Amino acid sequence: MSLTQVLESVLALLVLGAATWTIAARSAFAASVGFVSYGLLLALVWVQLAAVDVALTEAAIGSGLTGVLLLGAVATLRGTEAHTVRGPGLALRITAGICCALVSAALAAVVLTLPESGPTLAPEAMAALPATGVGNPVTGVLMAFRALDTLLEKVVLVLALIGVWSLAPDRCWGGNPGLEHRLSVDGVLPFLARTLPPIGVLLGIHLMWTGADHPGGAFQGGTVLAAMWLVVMMAGVRDAPAIREQWVRLALVSGPIVFVAVGLAGVLTAGAFLAYPVGIAKPLILLIEVPMLLTIALALGLLVAGPPERTADAP
Amino acid sequence: MSGLLDLFTVVALVLGALFFLAGVVGLLRFPDTLSRLHALTKADNVGLGLIVIGLLPQAGSVLAALKLLLVWLLVLLAASTVGQMMARVARRAGPPR
Repeated sequence: MSLTQVLESVLALLVLGAATWTIAARSAFAASVGFVSYGLLLALVWVQLAAVDVALTEAAIGSGLTGVLLLGAVATLRGTEAHTVRGPGLALRITAGICCALVSAALAAVVLTLPESGPTLAPEAMAALPATGVGNPVTGVLMAFRALDTLLEKVVLVLALIGVWSLAPDRCWGGNPGLEHRLSVDGVLPFLARTLPPIGVLLGIHLMWTGADHPGGAFQGGTVLAAMWLVVMMAGVRDAPAIREQWVRLALVSGPIVFVAVGLAGVLTAGAFLAYPVGIAKPLILLIEVPMLLTIALALGLLVAGPPERTADAP
Repeated sequence: MSGLLDLFTVVALVLGALFFLAGVVGLLRFPDTLSRLHALTKADNVGLGLIVIGLLPQAGSVLAALKLLLVWLLVLLAASTVGQMMARVARRAGPPR
């Protein structure tokens, strides 16, 4: 067994251990913390599989952002948790156990019967990549070959945010998300919120820009931007904007709108929805990605900020 | 020359790993929250610093070396901020347990 195999085995065991801990944890808080570590370990697995794009997304979205959302939910539900920890009955447990075992067995059977070399479109995608002008095959697939999926993904993001907003009580509709964060004068968090964002914003834009040829992209870059914004909001340096603000709503839909506009232009110039005319695919992809970065950063930040909980100020 | 640099890398990495080990032992064995935080933040920051210093000769280019240093500085900033915040919560929560 080579050293790499030993490391991979240890990593796999750690992932399994973190997953077991997450499921077995008694309190929702502990389970959320377990979930975050599980996501970070999973990101290392993706790096080991040479899928750096997936690793970045897993660390940023799967572990980081989802972790913050879960912790927020835990904090909101803290008062009710004590009443709901009463376990289910024996019959339900046995049924659930049998169902889980069946699903696991089916998954194991499928994995074990996979063909040695699965059907793949990777060679075709790599061969067609030069036409898109981008060097990173993942970006090529996301922005050109499967652009429709990416477009719908952005629409889903905005719809999810509307879903969160709809939880607001009537009198708070249009107001500022979440509770007000008071700015503490000697706090360490305001210091971080003033020191880190210049570096983080640069890194977020760099991740989007470099995604054309190297691992990265608008989603990873947007998550970093959202994280910087969240630090600023949580430290109380700047309040979250009221959701009735016109610029918030315009910026939120700018990504999907530009995407659809470029897609419709493709019908006229290249003969199909979301087709790019020969030669200018790369500029068009950049044109889509910039507003998309804005939409992603804004939507993710506002998702974490939560539904409006404060009465809208008089306009 | 490259042999000496490799030796430097190995020594620094092993030292860094030892500091991480000390931090984990402290986290598990120290009696109260503040001591555990102390062990974790100090040992990890020095440990990561040694690992970054050890990797510098292997970076290959000045830019890559600067990126490694930036990673260390950012982790220092994040770890010290989080350490301070956790310590404040621990102090507000009551006497050390």
